[in-house]
Amino acid sequence: MRSLILAATARFLLPILFMFSIFLLVRGHHLPGGGFVGGLVAAAAFVLYGIAHGVEEARALLRVNTISLLGVGLLLALASGLLPLAGGEAFMTGLWFQHPVPVLGKLGTPVIFDTGVYLVVLGATLTVLFNLVED
Amino acid sequence: MTGLFTAVFSGFLLAAVAPWVHRLAPRRSGWILASLPLALTAYFVLHIGPIAEGAAFRAGFSWIPFLGIRLSFLLDGLSLLFCLLITGIGTLVVVYSGGYLKGHPELGRFHAYLLMFMASMLGVVLSDNAIALFVFWELTSLSSFFLIGFDHERAAARAAALQALLVTGLGGLALMAGLLLMGRIYGSLELSRMMAEGSGPLQSNPLFLPILILVLAGAFTKSAQFPFHIWLPNAMEAPAPVSAYLHAATMVKAGVYLVARVNPLFAGSPFWFWMLVGAGGVTMLLGACLAMVETDLKRILAYSTVSALGTLTLLLGLDTIRATEAALAFLLVHGLYKGALFLTAGAVDHGAGSRNVAELGGLRRAMPITALAAGLAALSMAGIPPFFGFVGKETIYQAVLGSSAARGLVTSAALLANLLFVAIGLIVGIRPFIGALKETPQHPHEAPVDLWIGPLLLGAIGLAAGLVPGAVGHDFVLRAASVVMDRTTETHFSLWHGWNTAVALSLVTFAAGLTVFAARHPLSRGFARVSGALAPVGPARGYFRILDGTIGMARGVTRVFQSGYLNRYLLFVLFTTVGLAGYTLFFRARLSWPEEVLHVRFYEAGLVAVMLVAALTAIRSRARLVTVIALGVVGYGVSLLFLFFGAPDLAMTQILVETLTVILFVLIFYRLPQVIVLSRSAGMRLLDASIALACGGLMTALVLTAVRVQWRPSIASYFSEHSLSLAKGHNIVNVILVDFRGFDTLGEITVLSAAGIGVYGLLKLRSGRGEAP
Repeated sequence: MRSLILAATARFLLPILFMFSIFLLVRGHHLPGGGFVGGLVAAAAFVLYGIAHGVEEARALLRVNTISLLGVGLLLALASGLLPLAGGEAFMTGLWFQHPVPVLGKLGTPVIFDTGVYLVVLGATLTVLFNLVED
Repeated sequence: MTGLFTAVFSGFLLAAVAPWVHRLAPRRSGWILASLPLALTAYFVLHIGPIAEGAAFRAGFSWIPFLGIRLSFLLDGLSLLFCLLITGIGTLVVVYSGGYLKGHPELGRFHAYLLMFMASMLGVVLSDNAIALFVFWELTSLSSFFLIGFDHERAAARAAALQALLVTGLGGLALMAGLLLMGRIYGSLELSRMMAEGSGPLQSNPLFLPILILVLAGAFTKSAQFPFHIWLPNAMEAPAPVSAYLHAATMVKAGVYLVARVNPLFAGSPFWFWMLVGAGGVTMLLGACLAMVETDLKRILAYSTVSALGTLTLLLGLDTIRATEAALAFLLVHGLYKGALFLTAGAVDHGAGSRNVAELGGLRRAMPITALAAGLAALSMAGIPPFFGFVGKETIYQAVLGSSAARGLVTSAALLANLLFVAIGLIVGIRPFIGALKETPQHPHEAPVDLWIGPLLLGAIGLAAGLVPGAVGHDFVLRAASVVMDRTTETHFSLWHGWNTAVALSLVTFAAGLTVFAARHPLSRGFARVSGALAPVGPARGYFRILDGTIGMARGVTRVFQSGYLNRYLLFVLFTTVGLAGYTLFFRARLSWPEEVLHVRFYEAGLVAVMLVAALTAIRSRARLVTVIALGVVGYGVSLLFLFFGAPDLAMTQILVETLTVILFVLIFYRLPQVIVLSRSAGMRLLDASIALACGGLMTALVLTAVRVQWRPSIASYFSEHSLSLAKGHNIVNVILVDFRGFDTLGEITVLSAAGIGVYGLLKLRSGRGEAP
């Protein structure tokens, strides 16, 4: 049951939604948004694409295994917590660069942590939904 | 002073890359990886001089500051003795493992576990912080679990690994409780701070006895004291180098180390004295007698290790200078000869294909170097001059003769254990190599150099140390003893003290030991009969009874709660919530209706009306899709409410979660039967309705009450004030998630990942087998 309209729309919606999810992730520290919501939006984008074009294609577009996303996200979050230890600070102390980066704003370990959350949410949601669709 | 950090953590780092090192050089990996323990040995050897002069080295940094937990290390005489045993024997064992498991597909993994163990063990003996000590302590249990269960396809190895983990792990938890209580009493978790305060605050505290029992529970389980000794002989399922390293030379000594380390705080209490002397004495005799019953080389050695650990505990309990020196000297003696004997047992198994002492004999021609190594170790074990074992035994006799209480009893027990040791030494280290050559499963051949260099060196050191006992005693034993006793000592160690009672006891020991060796067959049968008769009430049976009981109970509880019916799970969860929250609400919070009239705006009322209609539709509908969509309407309504009340973050998340939930439901429907089976009776439907109403009513009451109740000062103002200054963010919700409460989030995403992988596993398992698991 493929809908032509849905298929065509999904092609355009995926990049827009995906960019929107990144936008949410980056602005999250100051305005509504954040890694969790961003991850959900990205997941919704890929699920929409999967429903329209089949999970096979959605997976091919994602390129990486959804479970690897989980692992990378967890490792990223953990690494952002471990990083301060090298400087003699306690686990998960927030470290920030002095000068803000254009477009992205201030960068620091909480941003890395939030990116980890983003990847885990995306990975977990897609792992469940893709596999449910598949068999 | 970062050297101590490097010393501990380099082992963990190398463990992480060991499998790759092995893959690069599979034939030489043992020799390559052994360079780290060798370098560490050299590092610690360089400290012998300063420490013999009374110096101590420290390093530390803050780990979890607000709990007072530091990662602090202290190298003093006591830790140095252990560090040298760990790294020195570690070097030889890593080399040996490369040869012993040559060609084994999992050798890389084995090296990783072994190095991880070495690093953990160094952490135990170097930690000055109680929590750090506990963490490393548990890491040794964990690596021991992996190493015992290395041959994980055999059920016996798995069971033995589990037993060791359960016994030592539970003891570790008791130890943690004891250490935390001590930390409360002293106001610091640093062991050196406690030592500086002295034993007064602890011993006058009403919790002294519980603390003593908890700490000893940790020490006794780790060091295999009766009745916890059962795990050690079973741990012989591990490959020979593991038995030599963990279960003879180092890990099992961790309990002894702990007792020695905290001795200044507990010493002087009669409980401490009797617990150590009692448990140590019983373990010493029991282990020696059970060793006589066994026929497997490794199990004989395991029980004699149990006995040696009992001896160490007993000696530390006596709490005299001489006894402590004897304990530490014997620790060194035992590490050397027992490590060597385990390694030669492995070499014999490797060369002749059997470890049964009844099947072995006359191997000296086929395996001359192994025979030499075993002979050196066995003579040290038997305590023959001029081996270091003789010095150790003499010191033990002087110590027990100087005991303040029960001198006769303690001395006879030590005599009995020592004469059995002579016999055991002969049985495992001499007997397999002399006499006529016996038929063995394999044609016996000499082991390669990796397999004989370790035991030969250990045996030779046992001899060399005996030739210069004064130097060894001064540099290692006295400094360590002064730490344990908290005062300096200046005893002189020598091979010959002139004619005294100890020498007479040595002569008796040797003569009686030879007699026991000659009469070993009838004696072994006698001991076997007694131990067989006692088996039904023994601790080994007790362990299985407790284990089976626990598993049975878990099965029963699981059967009640995990019925497999979703509605029953929901029933339990909702009942519990309503019951507990309702109880608290009505009896503690005093339910109340808000006094001010609630201002409801018209569009809010409209939205609520829509949600109510949707909820009723969800209940009444017979079609699943309609139900799901109706529930979706309720969910989107909630998101709108969030938006009305100024929570865009929540609203956004709620909308996305609703969307994905609806998709999820729709996908699941493909898998369910087409028609809803409404087989539930009217009574069941009534029950469902009442639970639903109770839940809804409770939540309403909760929300109305929560507005007015404030039990603790609100933390909200702290977050809003510090969000920008501390965490550099304007969005408080996100700052809480990724910074203030980042640790919670880390836990949550871990759970999320586990759930995702769990669902994946269930789906794949189902489609793979074609049936529901």
